[in-house]
Amino acid sequence: MSNEFYRLRVNGVDHEIRDAWTGESLLYVLRERLGLPGTKGACEQGECGSCTVIMDGEAVCSCLVMAATAVDADIVTVEGLANDGEPTDVQQSFVNAGGVQCGFCTPGLIVAVHHLLDRNPTPTDLEVKEAISGNICRCTGYGRIFEAVRQVRDARAADAS
Amino acid sequence: MSITNATTVDEALAALRANPLARLIQGGTDLMVEVNLNRTKIEDVVSLRRVAELRRWHVDEESNTLRLGAGVPYAEMERAPLCDYVPALAEAARTVGSPQIRAAGSLGGNLGTCSPAGDGLPVVSALDAVVHLRSHDGSRDVSVHDFMIGVKRNARHTDELIVAVTVPLVTGFQGYAKVGTRNAMVISAASACLVHDAAAGAVRLALGAVAPTVVRTRAAEAWLASETSLIGTPSVSEALAKEFGARAAAECSPIDDHRSTAAYRRHAISVLAQRLLLRAAAGAAVHHGGNR
Repeated sequence: MSNEFYRLRVNGVDHEIRDAWTGESLLYVLRERLGLPGTKGACEQGECGSCTVIMDGEAVCSCLVMAATAVDADIVTVEGLANDGEPTDVQQSFVNAGGVQCGFCTPGLIVAVHHLLDRNPTPTDLEVKEAISGNICRCTGYGRIFEAVRQVRDARAADAS
Repeated sequence: MSITNATTVDEALAALRANPLARLIQGGTDLMVEVNLNRTKIEDVVSLRRVAELRRWHVDEESNTLRLGAGVPYAEMERAPLCDYVPALAEAARTVGSPQIRAAGSLGGNLGTCSPAGDGLPVVSALDAVVHLRSHDGSRDVSVHDFMIGVKRNARHTDELIVAVTVPLVTGFQGYAKVGTRNAMVISAASACLVHDAAAGAVRLALGAVAPTVVRTRAAEAWLASETSLIGTPSVSEALAKEFGARAAAECSPIDDHRSTAAYRRHAISVLAQRLLLRAAAGAAVHHGGNR
């Protein structure tokens, strides 16, 4: 490509991406060039949600973002959610509720749930279902995932009052 | 290989003029699937993601129309205030992929790809929308009926950009319905948009995923208008709605493919058309998503 490199801002850090092919997805660049393997790749066609990241405040499938077009975007991956290696309340709640089984969908779900609760701190069960309808889990049957989200929602509400 | 991250329409058009073979990318939800699965080979790319003017919309009170920028994401169409202006578009938007896809996908992308299963397309057809195109040399407006030509084929010239779509604001019921193998995250096996223009006394129905491109059921529409008055809330019996559904189904030309069969699709259209017409007659309130 004519541009020798481009910059991506991921989890508050600027990275220079060199010698990349134009068509590389953000998912690929995160995992293979930036050493951020928390974001998972499965379907690579936007159907499974395991590659969900936050881009400019929106939850998107990183497999469908052409990385070289995200040069001005603020990107947050699952690695950027926790502080000092401590799990976030959402992450801890997934563990407590048994919402993690094989774990492959978990990073995408964690990002999607953070995004939901940031915009809507008190989602109804239907709103939770809609918000994670693009994140497919083949292990849990979703019951324990919904329970994890309820627990965070209620704990945050209790903290706020 | 090159990439142009345009920030204005003019910049994108200059890049397209310099290289008419460049691929346009807005949300990436179609193109990146092709790229990831090695179904297309890309060389040069013009990205529209940062073009702010493509993300704008405005209502023209004089002509009573909404002009929607080609890059407005579906997520925005689901929410107020847009969902109140064009409820059928909000309903269709809510069935597009997942929240992640709706944050990226746009009507411009739907029209650019021009898949017969594009969820926004029956809506713009039923509303007789106008597609605004611009090139380095000028601009032109094309009726959406002339714009959509066939499976993944449209009337856009290679040096043109779809900049916006204009739809009329109509009073009366409008709704979108779709059938697929599951509720969320599904590509249509069959879809339908019905718009009742209560002032003009017309019902317009457009069908998706049941022909090489979106189908307007003009014969069924004309038949309905001859059977009952469509000014104000129409009076529609179950039998009339059923006949309307059958006539609509007769106007599509579905195929057997990996998503469904021709016979099922035709049946689904008869049911969807009937159901939407009965909703129009009931003056059904349109329900929008929870993310407002």
